[in-house]
Formats: sequence, C-alpha cells, structure tokens
Amino acid sequence: MIHASASPRRFSLRDFARRNPLVVVGVVVIIVWITMALLAPVLAPRDPLDQDVMIRMQPPSVEHRFGTDELGRDMFSRVLYGGQTTIPAGLIVVAVGSLIGTFIGAIAGYIGGIWDEIMMRLTELVMAFPTIILALAITAALGPNIRTAIIALVVVWWPGYARVVRGLVLEAKAQDYVEAMRALGATGPYILFRTILPNCISPAIILATLDIGTAILTFAGLSFLGLGPEPSSPEWGRMVSSGVNLFDQWWTWLFPGLAIAFLVLAFNFIGDGLRDLLDPRLRNR
Amino acid sequence: MAFHLYFLRRLLFVIPTLLGITAMAFIIANAIPADPVVANLPQNVLNNEEVVNNFRAKWGLDKPPLEQYFTYLGNLLQGDLGTSIRSRNPVAQDLANFFPATFELATYGIIFGIGVGVGFGVVSAIWRNTILDYVLRTFSLIGVSFPVFLLALIGLSVFYVQLGWVGGPGRLGVRFSEPPLVTGWFTIDALLAGQWATFSNAFSRIVLPAIILGSFVSGIIARITRSSLLNVLGMDYVRTARSKGLRERGAIWRHALPNAMIPVVTVIGLSYSNLLTGAVLTESIFAWPGIGRYMFRASTSYDFPAIMGGSMVIAAIYVGVNFFVDILYYFLDPRIRFS
Repeated sequence: MIHASASPRRFSLRDFARRNPLVVVGVVVIIVWITMALLAPVLAPRDPLDQDVMIRMQPPSVEHRFGTDELGRDMFSRVLYGGQTTIPAGLIVVAVGSLIGTFIGAIAGYIGGIWDEIMMRLTELVMAFPTIILALAITAALGPNIRTAIIALVVVWWPGYARVVRGLVLEAKAQDYVEAMRALGATGPYILFRTILPNCISPAIILATLDIGTAILTFAGLSFLGLGPEPSSPEWGRMVSSGVNLFDQWWTWLFPGLAIAFLVLAFNFIGDGLRDLLDPRLRNR
Repeated sequence: MAFHLYFLRRLLFVIPTLLGITAMAFIIANAIPADPVVANLPQNVLNNEEVVNNFRAKWGLDKPPLEQYFTYLGNLLQGDLGTSIRSRNPVAQDLANFFPATFELATYGIIFGIGVGVGFGVVSAIWRNTILDYVLRTFSLIGVSFPVFLLALIGLSVFYVQLGWVGGPGRLGVRFSEPPLVTGWFTIDALLAGQWATFSNAFSRIVLPAIILGSFVSGIIARITRSSLLNVLGMDYVRTARSKGLRERGAIWRHALPNAMIPVVTVIGLSYSNLLTGAVLTESIFAWPGIGRYMFRASTSYDFPAIMGGSMVIAAIYVGVNFFVDILYYFLDPRIRFS
C-alpha cells in the first residue's frame, strides 16, 4: 500500500528531481509533445490532409522533414497533428476510467455485503478478458471511430481502480476518524465522499499517472488495427499501419511510431520515479 | 494445508469465473447493434426474406437471447462450440488449427522474456544504483514503452530486409510444406521428422516475433524481479545468512532469490497468459496464423459463434495458467503449506 504522508521527511520536488534525472527528461518530453500538438496549426508547414500525388513517397528532405506518404501528404505535419488525437485520447481513457473505477470501488467497499461481492466478481471478469480482444469486440460492435475506441478502453480500464480504491476504503472504514464522524451524526454518503474518499484519492491518482503510457499504447494499438480514427486522419497508430511492409519507405512508419514510443517512454520515466519515491522499502537503497 | 485440499479449493474458484466469461462473451455478442446477417450474407440476397430467415434459423438468431445462451452452455458441456459463420468450420476445429501457432510463438516469447527479464532484474538489484543498473532499467522501460508494431517494423526492416538474418512474415516459407503434424509446433514437428531445412526455416521466422513479444514481457519481469529482490535482500534472514559468514553470492542464490521469486512467478504467469491470448498486433504484422488474428477477424465480421468460442478458450487459458501459478505457490511459499 502506498502512504505518501507516512514519510518522515517533507517531500521536496528538487530532491525528487535530483534523485531521478529521468523524471525530468520525462516531464520535458511531455511538455514538448503537448506544445507541438497544440501549436500544430502554427508549426506545420502543410495541411496534414493535403494530398499531392506528384510528390508521393518522398524521403525526408529540407522541404519535407519527415518525407511524404503514399498520397503525397507531408509526414512532418501529420506527426505534429497526430498528438491532437492520441494524447487527449489516452488522458480521457485514464481520467474517465479512474473516475468510474474510484466511484464503483468506493461504493462497493463502503456498502460491503452482496454488492461488494458482485462488483468484485465483475472486475475479475473484465480483467480475465485480454484487454485488446475485449476492446476489439466493443469497437467492432459500435463501429470504428475515435469515440468508440475511447469507450472500449474505458470499459476495460476501470476495474484496476475499483479494486485499489475498494481496498483503501475498507481499510479507512475501520479508522477512528470515521467512527468519530458517525458519532457526530454524519450520514453514509457524507462520510464516504467527504471524509473517506479524500484520504484514498492519492493512490488512485498515482495509479492513473502510471497508467497514461499504457493507455496511449493501447489506443495506438487499436488504431493500428483500424479500430480507431478513420483512415485518412493523422493519428500515429493509424499512420504506422498504413506504412506496414513499406520497408524501403521507412519514414512513413518510423516517425509516427517514434512519436508514440518517446511519449510513452516519458510517461513511464515519471511513473518509475514515482514508484521509487512512494515505495518506502526501496527508497533508501 | 494438504496439497489435495489446496488443489480442490483452487479448482472450485475456476468454475464461476469460466461461467462468468461465457455470460460476458454472450452479452457482448448480443449487445452488438450490428447485424451478423448483413456482415455474412452477400449484398444481393439481403432483400430475399426467405434466405435471411433461413440464415437466422440456422444460427439460432431467431430465438430469445436467454434460450440462445442456455443452448450454448448445453452444447459447450458436450465440447461443441458451435460453427463459425465465416469459415463454416466447427469453432472448436478452427481454434485447434489456430492455437498451436500462438502456443509456439508465445512459448518462445516467454522463454526469451524470462531469460532476459530475470537476468536483468537480478543484475540490477545486485549492482543497484550503478551505471549498469540505470542502463538495464532504461532498457526495460524501453521494452514496455515502444509499441510492438514499431519494434516489429524496425526488426523486420533491419534483420530481415537489410541483414537477412531472420525469415520474413509467416510461419513457413512458401517453398516448404508443413511438417507431419505431431505437436502443431513447426519447429518441433520438423525436428521430429528429421526435416532440417524446414526446421531452420521455421525457426528463422519465429525468432523475431518471439523476441519482440518477449521484450515487452522482459521489461515487466525485470522491474518486478529487481524490486522484489531488493525487498528480500533487506530482510532479517538474509542479514542472518550474511552474518553467519555466507558469501554474498550464497546469500543471494540460496536465501534471497527463491523467496524473491514468488511475485515474479505471478507476473510470469500473467504475462504468459497475455501472450497466449492477446498477441493480436504481433500476429497481424507477422502474418502469424494464430488465435489473435482469428479473434480479430471474428470480431470484425460479427462471427458470434467464433467470438464466443474464442473468448471461452482464451478465458480458459487465462484461468488455467493462473490455476497453475496458484499450484506453484504451494511449492514456493511454505506459508501456504503450513497454514
């Protein structure tokens, strides 16, 4: 279990950064990636959807820094715009998934009994299903577009949070301050949402941070399989899939692929640093 | 607890999970607003009511959902998974055809993953906070961060197209015929039949996808091994072993490592079941005729019997591997034996 507050020392951001230089690298990469996505309309030399078959499949050059794809679209512009889909998609999946999971887990833990039992069995079932196959079935069902890819991922994402938060709520329920609240006449929902939950929320937030990279990776995977954004849209996974087997035109898949890889790596650098920081057994070794 | 009691108790936990999975697969298949009729019949007969009705009756699509579900369960108990709408083969036969390819690939993958992951993890823990530790940890992070489809494309263009060290996509080159069926693993079957050329072709084609699958897994295993071993190395009994004068290597191999392996075994089990069930991306890039690709095609063509049967088998594999891991715990963790 993670108890950030149990640390005898005050948490210092500078200490944290010094001990984990990779965390700093991660933060910088994420800031750069988000800035590039936001400023894509300004930075991109061309419209990412502009086709020009006269210049198709050109290798990287001064004019087309990342080359052009099979329809003569400028890869650099497409990679810049790609962040506008993939980054928010990953963030939304984790945000909504963790909110739903926290809510369900908190209620299951607090009410207990049969509801708790049903909820926990349900989470087990969802977790026993391989993520991508379940997401595949859902996306195939609702029709392939960005919205359904996100819905599908949220469906497979919430159980992890539900289980963690439930455990924390069970633990917190037995604490004296909850007893005190009850003695003061507070009602169930008030106790749960105003006192217990704020005390359990930080582990859920940490779990969410660790998860963003994986969410982006899975979204890109769905998109690669054609179960996300429509074919022409500049999305990284989608762009890689249209470059499959074009070994001589490596720029058509390498740049969007690396855009995903470095972003996920950056999130994982931060996650790894956080894990080190929060696992007191490992902190001083 | 005696072994047979523990075994039975674990076995009892398996049944509700499997039942739940069938229910969930059924609900997903039925909640789909898409129409399998449209997905599986040719355009020109869709207006022909008789053909459409026959199709519905044939696949039981005209019965109420609950009845469909219980019919399905009844058939399942007799080992009948239904017939795939798309391939028109029994789903069980389809799965039996596709599974060995996945089984072979996943096993090679997990062997690579365990070797590299445990190796990196142990080295990282022993020489913690050295340059070596940082380098290995960064490698592990890269392994879990790079999308498999990117690793696959880089791997193929470097080692297949440029260097020619490995074979291309697919299980076997077109010039080779499949070795006589014994295990369904082309590498093993070729060896058993003494077909050396077939073996080396099959092996050269499985190496790259196996390493790529394994690299993701090895990243996870390395991280768990490192933190688990570090945790155990701080325990009193390891200090005792050291203070008895045991050399560092003895303390690690004899006392720390076996105890540190418990969480590692859990992760290995989980990873192996993921490889056995969810390698859709790798299988699609390497044109690997496995379960992942089968399920992908089933999902995109709304082939309900195939989706349900595939999900069942996948869930059974998942549950089975977990069951096996639970059994391993019994031998790894003396606390279970003596509680």
